[in-house]
Amino acid sequence: MTLDSKVPGGPVSEKWTRHKFDMKLVNPANKRKFTVIVVGTGLAGASAAASLSELGYQVKAFCLQDSPRRAHSIAAQGGINAAKNYQNDGDSVYRLFYDTVKGGDYRSREANVYRLAELSVNIIDQCVAQGVPFAREYGGMLDNRSFGGAQVSRTFYARGQTGQQLLLGAYSALCKEIAAGGVKMFPRREMLDLVVVGGRARGIVVRNMVDGSIESHAGDAVILATGGYGNVFYLSTNAKPCNVTATWRAARKGALFANPCFTQIHPTCIPVHGDCQSKLTLMSESLRNDGRIWVPNKSGDKRPPGQIPEQERDYYLERKYPSFGNLVPRDVASRNAKEVCDKGRGVGSTGMAVYLDFRDSIQRLGRSTIEARYGNLFQMYEKIVDDDPYQVPMMIYPAIHYTMGGLWVDYNLMSNLPGLHVLGEANFSDHGANRLGASALMQGLADGYFVIPYTLGHYFASNRLDPVKAEAPEFKEAEQSARQRIQKFLSLKGKKTVDEFHRDLGLLLWDKCGMSRNQAGLEEALRKIPEIREEFSKNLVVNGSADSLNQSLEKAGRVADFLEFAELLVLDALERKESCGGHFREESQTEEGEALRDDVNFCHVSAWEWAGEGKKPILHKEPLVFDEVHLAQRSYK
Amino acid sequence: MANTINLTLKVWRQKSSDSPGAFEIYQAHDIDTDLSFLEMLDVVNINLEKNGKEPIAFDHDCREGICGCCGAMINGQAHGPEHGTTLCQLHVRKFRDGDTLVIEPWRSRAFPVVRDLIVDRSAFDRIIQAGGYVTVRTGSAPEAHSLPVPKIDADEAFDSAACIGCGACVAACPNASAVLFVGAKISHLALLPQGRVERERRARAMVERMDLEGFGNCSNHYECEAACPKEISVRNIARLNREFFRAFVKG
Repeated sequence: MTLDSKVPGGPVSEKWTRHKFDMKLVNPANKRKFTVIVVGTGLAGASAAASLSELGYQVKAFCLQDSPRRAHSIAAQGGINAAKNYQNDGDSVYRLFYDTVKGGDYRSREANVYRLAELSVNIIDQCVAQGVPFAREYGGMLDNRSFGGAQVSRTFYARGQTGQQLLLGAYSALCKEIAAGGVKMFPRREMLDLVVVGGRARGIVVRNMVDGSIESHAGDAVILATGGYGNVFYLSTNAKPCNVTATWRAARKGALFANPCFTQIHPTCIPVHGDCQSKLTLMSESLRNDGRIWVPNKSGDKRPPGQIPEQERDYYLERKYPSFGNLVPRDVASRNAKEVCDKGRGVGSTGMAVYLDFRDSIQRLGRSTIEARYGNLFQMYEKIVDDDPYQVPMMIYPAIHYTMGGLWVDYNLMSNLPGLHVLGEANFSDHGANRLGASALMQGLADGYFVIPYTLGHYFASNRLDPVKAEAPEFKEAEQSARQRIQKFLSLKGKKTVDEFHRDLGLLLWDKCGMSRNQAGLEEALRKIPEIREEFSKNLVVNGSADSLNQSLEKAGRVADFLEFAELLVLDALERKESCGGHFREESQTEEGEALRDDVNFCHVSAWEWAGEGKKPILHKEPLVFDEVHLAQRSYK
Repeated sequence: MANTINLTLKVWRQKSSDSPGAFEIYQAHDIDTDLSFLEMLDVVNINLEKNGKEPIAFDHDCREGICGCCGAMINGQAHGPEHGTTLCQLHVRKFRDGDTLVIEPWRSRAFPVVRDLIVDRSAFDRIIQAGGYVTVRTGSAPEAHSLPVPKIDADEAFDSAACIGCGACVAACPNASAVLFVGAKISHLALLPQGRVERERRARAMVERMDLEGFGNCSNHYECEAACPKEISVRNIARLNREFFRAFVKG
């Protein structure tokens, strides 16, 4: 199989403009004849569903929550990047493009990233017009801040709730189209399988989570906007129901899964506190703008932070990276936190935390300024930890936050499986091996508002699609296998709950395939995952029935898929014998302990093809070509 | 060392919207006080599951207090005793050893019970679909800075837009009124120039939909504001009334 990225010719700055002209159009009167299935209603899914409906397509949108407004995009705090250069500080589309390619450690596709930077400015216009209440200056203009790893201020924000406000904007557009009749919304539905007919993605099988019925939905194209797979680690900052099922089921039907080992660890999360913890909470990294990160100079220093004098504190990021200081990219900040904690200099009851201290900013700017910038975050911290961050430094530690890997897509955001389109975090394309802060919201909305409305029309106009009904045998087969799987879970009557299996898997992955990885550990994980899977298939307990709301049953399906997918993630990490971005292989580091890329052997996308149960997946490589940004070792010194 | 406490839970169990429900009593032993309320329910559920029983069903998603998914009445208070806090951000340390907690789903005719603590809040979605948006097509937006918005208006609009749609306002109201939810959305959009073009149509349509969904009327108890995890002010209700009156006068 050769992977054709379908990147158009011409200079990078003209590719998208030319491509928009070269793509075929669907006659306005014909658009209503096409049905588009959209799975997931976060930023990418809701914006795609609304925009496609505006164009005249018939859209069926699915989400597993009770309302599309709950999607996990809502939890993004810090902001959204756009190359508006409102601050007159030297920003441009080219600089945002450059920063994103460099920040992704040269493992993303240049043309996709340039388009993302180009579209970023339209997103802000669109959101403002929808009534998104971005932060403003007294003159009435939009305010910006600098954000994780950027030396210009290009981040637009709405207090610490930017994701919420952007999602509510996309949700309002979706509601407008539901009211207009262009979108039919199916909440509390979980996608259990992708249906391929005649080599094309033509529908999905879902479970109605209220009454348990299995439904088939046919269409002319399927869009997956189902987010990332961070919950494979059990503890992550993702919402509890986030899962890999939709993308993994598509992978089992032939869609390639790209770069699964590229997972992002976010440096500023509230540390783990005990065995019953269900998730980790992110504190926006905007906090790093005004907070200073430190640990005591001496290992084992258990004094309260207030009693540790200035000269006995190590502001290690400022010391090691004087030009970026506390604002180094996420992967660098995370690894450094792990390093100081591994040396015994960590703080808090577990020793697995570092301080994020606002004392100096409060002295310099006053408490009210800090409160205006981060009030809700401080409040959230205090609720969870029971400490007042205005008085005592926050404690933070890295946690799994985002997954750069995802289903492989071409420039048109279409998978190798014709008709299957993948948007937002669910695809792999724009962030390489590490995502910069405030870029996830940008990508979700760029894909949904401004890319898919063009490229999907091109797919429809260039291909003859025979009518397909949900009664077709391919749907019946998928329904049958979904039912059998559910019956299997219910019939096991073992002794261990789904959550317990999930936790076992998560601990193993965090330990062997988390912030740093080595060959022995990865090989050990590859041995142990099948053992957990084996026990799961014999000793799982799920009570209740298939024909009612059954949350354990829902979780069982997700964890079963995580147990298969985890093996691919680890295999990818093992095969990629270089360090890049969030993927740190201990065998591949500089003398100073920084990540060392191997551009000769690994400057490619690893796209994995499912080969069947018990068989090793097949690796396909898409070489990455850098015409614009010169490959260089990242340096934030 | 972690502190632990014991709690007695009286939980509303109901298999489906059309089956009868009843309280069942569970003991939650040795609960780490640093756990969140939902994590405490997770612990209870694991025990139930291991004893062959079905776990307590409850809605939850982000567990960070922003998605608006979770919610239950704890001893008659929506989202429990802590002010300005969603159920997922409530921690066991707020309770004392030996406490008995009565845990019920939101109560409102407009929010039928789906199972146990899960209710159907789709009425809220239908109210937003009636007019809680600005009619702007993708791609048609003008340059963001073409229209300055006074900071004070933008900040006030944000305060209203912070609503998470959890439904605690309805659950807390003796009349099960939704005016705080509706008022927050109407205020958010009426405070911004982008939303003013459609303000009359929006106010009429959203209020009409709200009445159709079977929510009660407002009689100024202010329980909604007290229960709101995002501390949305009742001033939004005054704005709702003003916007509705304005629409009425303008015809």
